[in-house]
Amino acid sequence: MKAVYFAWVRERVGKAEEELEPPSTVTTVGDLIAWLAGRGEGYAHAFEKPSTIRAALDKVHARHEAPLAGAIEVAFFPPMTGG
Amino acid sequence: MATVRVQREDFDAGAEAAALAHGRRDVGAVVSFVGYCRDEGGRLAVLELEHYPGMAEAEMARAAREAEARWPLIGVTAIHRFGKIAPGEQIVCVAVAAAHRGEAFAAAEMLMDFLKTRAPFWKRAIRADGVIEGWAEARGADDSAAARWGAAG
Repeated sequence: MKAVYFAWVRERVGKAEEELEPPSTVTTVGDLIAWLAGRGEGYAHAFEKPSTIRAALDKVHARHEAPLAGAIEVAFFPPMTGG
Repeated sequence: MATVRVQREDFDAGAEAAALAHGRRDVGAVVSFVGYCRDEGGRLAVLELEHYPGMAEAEMARAAREAEARWPLIGVTAIHRFGKIAPGEQIVCVAVAAAHRGEAFAAAEMLMDFLKTRAPFWKRAIRADGVIEGWAEARGADDSAAARWGAAG
């Protein structure tokens, strides 16, 4: 699965995208956030407050309880501030 | 029917609005909104807008479809820029054509409310003194404005 990061999530993680191979116990967006938070300092900082993280699966907004269910691309970013 | 564009370049908002009525006899109202970059009392040098390519266009198109499902619209155009934008420059534009002004006003407002809360764009300010500020915080007022249109989508 490809992960893409934006704004301060990208800056804290230290990269814009990467390939992820989470264990089979990671089945939801929320599981993936918790797993990512344990991957090192930058990730821990990026994902320290899961409630502030928005996610998208294959470019569609997804809640934290949403199943990953074979998504090809998962995105993590802060709440949007366009307009 | 809707035209959605995400681009680095500036746009001609007047021409975009006029194009919705051009050559037609059924349009009775065109409402357009343009959002500009303001200088925050002289403190802001430039805004940096990051976006999620592909999803930004998809979310803007989805907002347009929801507006079209809600009101009888004749045309919808939504344009959002990314990259560096200086005070006084245009950031975003929505234009809506309909037979009557009521639905054109309402649809333009809903489009902007949805665009601000759902389209994946993030901005941060580079100050006139050169300091890069943190990423802008989402405003609760924007969520409230979007919520009044119901939980569609």
